[in-house]
Amino acid sequence: MDPGHSADGHAGQAQEPAHDRAGQPPANDRPPASSARAPVDDHASQVPANDPPPAGQAQAPADGHAGRALADDLPAGGSADEGQPQGPDGGGEGVPLLSLRHAAKAFGAVHAIVDGSIDLYAGEVHGLVGENGAGKSTLVKILAGVYQPDSGELLVNGAATVLHGPAAAQEAGIAVIYQEPTLFPDLTAAENIFMGRQPLRRGRRIDARQMRAAARALFERLGVRLDPGRICRGLSIADQQIIEIAKALSLEARVIVMDEPTAALSATEVTRLFDVAATLRAAGSAVLFISHRLEEVFEICQRVTVMRDGRQVLSRKLAGLSADDLVRAMVGRQLADRVDDEPAVPGEQVLRVERLTREGVFTDISFDVRAGEIVAFAGLVGSGRSEVARAVFGIDRYDAGSVTVRGRRLRGSSPTSAMAAGMGFVPEDRRQQGLVMDMSVQQNMALASLGRLRHAGLISSKSERNFAADWALRLRIKFGRLTDPVSQLSGGNQQKVVLAKWLGREPALLIVDEPTRGIDIATKAEVHRLLMQLARNGVAILMISSELPEVLRVSDRILVMREGRLAAEYSRADASEEKIMSAATGQLQEQAQ
Amino acid sequence: MSTTLAPPREPSGAPADVGSRRLTDRVFRVRESGIIAVLALFVLITAVVQPRFVSSSNIQFILVDTAVYALVALGETMVIITRNVDLSVQSVLALSAYLSAGLFGHVHGIPIPVVFLVGLGIGLACGAANGLMVSLGRVPSLVVTLATLYIIQGIDILVVGGNEVVASSLPSGFVAIPNVTIFGIPWLAIAVAAVIGAGAYYLRSFRSGRELYAIGSNPEGAQLAGIPVARRVFTAFTLCGGIAGVGGVLWAAQYQTINSSAGGTNFSLIVIAAVVVGGVAIFGGSGSAVGAAIGALLLGTINVALDVLGISDFWDQAIAGFLLLLAITLDRGISVRLAEALRKRSARDGT
Repeated sequence: MDPGHSADGHAGQAQEPAHDRAGQPPANDRPPASSARAPVDDHASQVPANDPPPAGQAQAPADGHAGRALADDLPAGGSADEGQPQGPDGGGEGVPLLSLRHAAKAFGAVHAIVDGSIDLYAGEVHGLVGENGAGKSTLVKILAGVYQPDSGELLVNGAATVLHGPAAAQEAGIAVIYQEPTLFPDLTAAENIFMGRQPLRRGRRIDARQMRAAARALFERLGVRLDPGRICRGLSIADQQIIEIAKALSLEARVIVMDEPTAALSATEVTRLFDVAATLRAAGSAVLFISHRLEEVFEICQRVTVMRDGRQVLSRKLAGLSADDLVRAMVGRQLADRVDDEPAVPGEQVLRVERLTREGVFTDISFDVRAGEIVAFAGLVGSGRSEVARAVFGIDRYDAGSVTVRGRRLRGSSPTSAMAAGMGFVPEDRRQQGLVMDMSVQQNMALASLGRLRHAGLISSKSERNFAADWALRLRIKFGRLTDPVSQLSGGNQQKVVLAKWLGREPALLIVDEPTRGIDIATKAEVHRLLMQLARNGVAILMISSELPEVLRVSDRILVMREGRLAAEYSRADASEEKIMSAATGQLQEQAQ
Repeated sequence: MSTTLAPPREPSGAPADVGSRRLTDRVFRVRESGIIAVLALFVLITAVVQPRFVSSSNIQFILVDTAVYALVALGETMVIITRNVDLSVQSVLALSAYLSAGLFGHVHGIPIPVVFLVGLGIGLACGAANGLMVSLGRVPSLVVTLATLYIIQGIDILVVGGNEVVASSLPSGFVAIPNVTIFGIPWLAIAVAAVIGAGAYYLRSFRSGRELYAIGSNPEGAQLAGIPVARRVFTAFTLCGGIAGVGGVLWAAQYQTINSSAGGTNFSLIVIAAVVVGGVAIFGGSGSAVGAAIGALLLGTINVALDVLGISDFWDQAIAGFLLLLAITLDRGISVRLAEALRKRSARDGT
């Protein structure tokens, strides 16, 4: 897909602003504009050596931006070039249909959104992009009325509004298509579309016939063959998504939010969805389109907002922007230095994975991990990283390929044989999968090593305690008493308990999935130190992480996955956040073509 | 393109609609017809061995005996459909039975309908308490209703003490309720059937009824769809309590001697078993009130049939347990098959 093309195509339609008339934009728009400049400085000064080649390849054919200095090319500068009267956004017209101003939302200590702003105008498809964890989904849930922001305001047609729940959002004309379909599996397609809004006949009874007819009309409009009377259990994800889209259409909403609607759709279904989006736009609705596939954003969006670390860092019309500009704005932060700069000395091959395939999940994955090496799996959520790790550890079955540990091929996938071969696995969701929350700290730590702590068939609580105390000291775990339930520990210390549980088995290979998710910065650094120390002691480590700074900081080699396949491999010296994001979002392939 | 934006109008392809209705209908009919088949089998075998079993008086006895269970099963169905459960119905029934029937002794000449209203009120109050704790307190219903099962039972024992309501204190019109027949069918069975029919119609044809199914099918999705989940769950529990309260009054009319152990110690579990045997999914989202009533009828019939055949009571419970397992296994089997059949069908349609 040629990103420049559609952007240019829409440039002519970019409405003249009237922002100044409305009189509210300054307060709203200045912060994004100024923070959008931040990435310019970061990158211009740091990565000049790395960046130009990909940028040049991608953009030269599209719009001839390559020749320009990278820094000047960035968003804020771009819109300034086009002159002030156009307004900072250079996009929509009049009062936005929906506008979120400086919203903040925290869940406990986690700040999902720090400064989230977005304006959606009638007749636009607005792209929202950002890395995993940038706060997009939280922003969507605020627009959907699911969350109420801690601060900031929401304006519907220019009037400050508080959405007390999803029903209020629907009434305000906002429809949301969630990333994960939220259907009722026991009910029919038609009922799913019209739940709570079924057409009625005399006596407030549901008119089932009319409801099915209306559902069929919606399906026809979407050009799909789906039986409105069909119960939704067992529908493919794509069909479920179609029903969600039909539901949004039936609401006749003015604002339609699509949270990664294309992730599960086939190419023809995506084309059809884009037609629908274009129709909605032509009819004067605003569509918020969230996607990790930047080529799609360039194909259907007129304006774009980039979020990073819970903030809006860029919001303007898409024309004149390149995919690289977006990637840079998405990544945008300081490149983290590796804490430990000793060069890794990889030893013998510990794990060898060849052509591993699980149909529909990942395909043809081959890689190896050597003793003393930390290999990171980067990629977007849903790209198949965790699934590969689960298959390697024997939790999920695979259809083809092989897993070899220290020269011995693992037969029959089961975690028990993986553990016997010397593997350890620290899962993504420690509360559900890594710990028994109600059991004590020491019991949790000993759980994977019970065989060693057994004397005459019984677990001696004394040896269990010594074992736990030893590891608690080594990992600097902070706790009250070893007999306290592990649920009382902080997230970071819980994660250390999970690590201790596996380290007690002295594994040759440790798989860690999102080892620092939801952990504060100080403990995060400690977990990093711990992983690197383990590697230095000869353990092979396979780490899955969505946090690029972490990947760049800790790992020796980086494998990037995209849509179930290995998209790229970088050594630590070659890697940059831009390169990884490009590979993960598919920009790399485009450049190759 | 913009023409397609016009609001949806008349159906264009009626045939597909008929086909779909036929398929889903058939599946639902299969669910209930399975139970009906088992019921028929029991009746047939018993009748062959002991022809007296199908005498009109015996059938009347079974219908009356089952009526209260079937009625309470309606309320329980509403709760279970929302992926909840109400274990406290037996305590509610016992409390309502004693307090309402006791009124005849305390207030002379009190009209029978007023007594029913009192029973209903007691039930509604208990159900509302359950509903509040489940929907607002967000405590799992299993725990809440297990607690209220014992709490209400405790209140009942406290109120009743060693007393009991005796048949002689009840007006003749009241004790005659189970015996009145119309064309040989007990009036009680007809009234209960009518209430169950109304309940089933509500669940099928009204928005709030369908929303109960939606809540049980996908609680989080229901929240996102803007369904007032807490209010609906509260209503389901309140109605379930109210129905159990009315059931208590009927129980009093039927058994006439009411002490603190009215309803028995197993009533709630029998009702839940009837609901599940009747094809209501224990994890919510599907099933019908009619199915639950047939489930109650099946359990009641088995009970009487074994009695007639002179088989020990132990077998009664063992068979009920076996049917429960069968129903749950079938339920899983049917939903898997159904998904499979629908997938194949849509694949065929797609080509």
